Amino acid sequence: MKSNLPVDILDDRKDFVCCKSGKGDGKVKCDSDSVAGSVSQRACVYCGARVVLNPITDAVHIVHGPIGCASYTWDIRGSLSSGPETYRNSFSTDLREQDVIFGGEKKLAGAIDEIIVKYSPKVVFVYSTCIVGVIGDDIEAVCKSAEKKHSIRVIPIQSTGFAGNKSQGYKAACNALLRLMGESIQPKVTGINFLGDFNLAGEIWIVEEYLKKCGINIITKITGDSRVEEIMKAPSAELNVVQCAGSMTYLAKEMDKRFGIPFVKVSFYGLEDTKTSIMQIAKAVGDKQVLEKAVELIMDEEYKASLMLEQYRQRLKGKRAAIYVGGGFKAISLIKQFADLGMKTVMVGTQTGKAEEYEIIRSIADEGAVILDDSNPAELEGFIKQKGADILVGGVKERPLAYKLGIAFCDHNHERKHPLCGFEGAVNFAKEVDMSINSPIWKFVKDENKCL
Amino acid sequence: MLDFTPKEYVDRSALVINPAKTCQPVGAMYAALGIHKCLPHSHGSQGCCAYHRKFLTRNFRDPVMASTSSFTEGAAVFGGGTNLKTAIRNIFSIYDPDIVAVHTTCLSETIGDDIPTFVMEAKVPEGKVVIHANTPSYVGSHVTGFSNMVKGMVKYLAQNSKTPNGKVNIIPGFINPGDMREIKRILKAMGIEFIMFPDTSGVLDAPMTGKYDMYPSGGTKIQDLIDSGNSKETIAFGSFASADGAFELEKKCKVPAKVLKTPIGITATDEFLMAVSRLTGKEIPQELEEERGQVVDIMVDCHYHYHGKKVAIFGDPDVVAALTEFTLSMGMIPKYVLTGTPGEAFEREVRGMLSEAGVDGKVKSAGDLFTLHQWIKEEPVDLLLGTTYGKYISKAEDIPLVRIGFPVLDRSVHSYLPITGYKGAMRIIEMISNALLDRQDRDAADEDLELIL
Ligand code: SF4
Repeated sequence: MKSNLPVDILDDRKDFVCCKSGKGDGKVKCDSDSVAGSVSQRACVYCGARVVLNPITDAVHIVHGPIGCASYTWDIRGSLSSGPETYRNSFSTDLREQDVIFGGEKKLAGAIDEIIVKYSPKVVFVYSTCIVGVIGDDIEAVCKSAEKKHSIRVIPIQSTGFAGNKSQGYKAACNALLRLMGESIQPKVTGINFLGDFNLAGEIWIVEEYLKKCGINIITKITGDSRVEEIMKAPSAELNVVQCAGSMTYLAKEMDKRFGIPFVKVSFYGLEDTKTSIMQIAKAVGDKQVLEKAVELIMDEEYKASLMLEQYRQRLKGKRAAIYVGGGFKAISLIKQFADLGMKTVMVGTQTGKAEEYEIIRSIADEGAVILDDSNPAELEGFIKQKGADILVGGVKERPLAYKLGIAFCDHNHERKHPLCGFEGAVNFAKEVDMSINSPIWKFVKDENKCL
Repeated sequence: MLDFTPKEYVDRSALVINPAKTCQPVGAMYAALGIHKCLPHSHGSQGCCAYHRKFLTRNFRDPVMASTSSFTEGAAVFGGGTNLKTAIRNIFSIYDPDIVAVHTTCLSETIGDDIPTFVMEAKVPEGKVVIHANTPSYVGSHVTGFSNMVKGMVKYLAQNSKTPNGKVNIIPGFINPGDMREIKRILKAMGIEFIMFPDTSGVLDAPMTGKYDMYPSGGTKIQDLIDSGNSKETIAFGSFASADGAFELEKKCKVPAKVLKTPIGITATDEFLMAVSRLTGKEIPQELEEERGQVVDIMVDCHYHYHGKKVAIFGDPDVVAALTEFTLSMGMIPKYVLTGTPGEAFEREVRGMLSEAGVDGKVKSAGDLFTLHQWIKEEPVDLLLGTTYGKYISKAEDIPLVRIGFPVLDRSVHSYLPITGYKGAMRIIEMISNALLDRQDRDAADEDLELIL
């Protein structure tokens, strides 16, 4: 079956790609390191940790390493804040040759002192990068003595780049969050924690609004638009609602163990998943009244959204979509969303999807769809062309690729400019897909080299 | 509130806040993309490569290809030799470039990987080439990385075969493809034969064809890189990004090196034209004379739009130094001039310009934007000239920002149009005066709004 794939694939990569055929065979290998020499789209441990923690708005994030790692992550996430903007500054020890030779601990301690004395932040996160793992700086010890000296929380994150991939970074971030929450059991408060929304384009505010209308209170948002004190209150919640499963399942499981907080997985992407998720949360924490309000809200919002969606459905019917996103859960929601718009998904790939997620993807993907893990531009190009996709959904590195191929693009990653979650997000999504697919620009692309 | 910077001076020795530079590998990657059919290869963990590609993609809005050695813990302990050799095999068999340009990262540098030996041991197919540059992230900045990769090209490829080609080598420096195009246009207009390396035009500003080419048609050909050892002279634009490559070529192939300022503004462009004219005996053609005359005409027409305005300039050293000279010649006051790249030479050069013009300004290398912001809080300026990262200061202090340099992440088209040459000078004047006049209109009371400015 794999030999059916007409696209050139590195031998070592063959197991990471499969094609959905009627027989239901073929598994996608996933969750392992990229092959040396591939143009991998994947990020590192540090990147995973940073994207999870960065949205905490009143925290200081010090990157302990040479300047690069700090530069590339300076305010890139697009998470919005309703208050403090501390997190949008870039702090780094900018390690130099001397520090690499003699160790960077002193510089780190100095940097922490300088920042605390001047700004007295609530918490300082200290990230280790590749080089710190090699020169052997004991950032744990530096942070501990800084905590003592200044009596604020200084939390080290073991995010040395090569020690795994993005998933390990997520885990390191979750561990930092757990440290912030502390050990003690807190008295329960009615309300939930929302895990795995990073408030891109203000998405958490939409979810918050829905839940408020149903009478459900969010205690802690992890981590979109959250603050340090809010995170510390997380152990008092009744339920953890997990949206970005890729980054947050570990935290949810740990919080279940430590604080006895059960969790449910949800997705607020697309009408179908939004409805299911609201009901799921309402059933888990609400009484009859909450359930009634939830049903009412869904009816209202769905009616409004479907009126708006109708025009897009007509304009998008029969178009073909290719998906290449970070996590498996998002891919699943997107497949459903495209189906709802009358579109066909012809390619689905993720960077860090898990085996269970690939199972679901296989079961709901359209016949003939190509499924792939941790892909590279050459593969993406091959499949996009072969399958005749009209649009690619992906992140920053995929955008120019799609455009160069002369097909539409939708950013479903850090650079989304409109909220894509909930009912209005589903409409925004359709609007963006339509705007790109039906832009008059493609006419010029197809008439290439024909000036007259 | 985006304004995080206090006015009182903060003494810092360990902490960098809001950097005005990034790490070497991204510069090396950019330089390598300026070779035709080259795949840059990042020898380190996969995250670095992903960051560098993303960063360049955001600036150029074009696909940026590069492969990685995908270091794991094993590689970090035992060295990355196996990774690099496997990578080279995989790269040639699947991506089929003509040349692979390997750069290191802070990780492979710290563990001391011996790249030349690895490359020698790797199986490189007949007719294909692998070159390398050491780009430790904890030294210099992205500009240093660019310079090191240019040096790598010379070291590995340039040859003096005792057959003079009569050409002039041009090392353009860390500038946009639109600028490289402009410099080439000028040379062609003068009828000068040249070899430009690296040359990212046609790679990172490639036209839409509806097809995706992993290797677009632009970039310096390997043959030309080899032949650069037979040229008459090398002109290197910028002492930070280009000089080392030129000196290396002088050392290796006896091609004399001449380092000029990046040709931004009239004076620097004049110097460039005069240098090549003297070298080749070619006259400066009417076409260029005319452009120069136009710039002067424009400057006469609207000098009062910007004369006496205070400007803060920040970004990469070569470009910032040239911009300082140009803004001075426009009658502006470069109050603060800052680069993130370390280098005393920069401070000396710019201080010299300022004192010659009698301007009392602050100059700093290895600085960050927090410092710049503090200066501005102490005494404000009328205009910011620099990268996208200036937008926080621009917003906090309500000062217009003209985006020039690397990176520009929040506007487009900049990489296609020049800031170099006479055309580039016109463009800079237009951007600066528009920014100032837009501000004047915005702030004018109804009764003060003027139709004609
Ligand atoms: S790990 Fe080093 S090379 Fe990689 S991005 Fe960070 S500073 Fe640059």
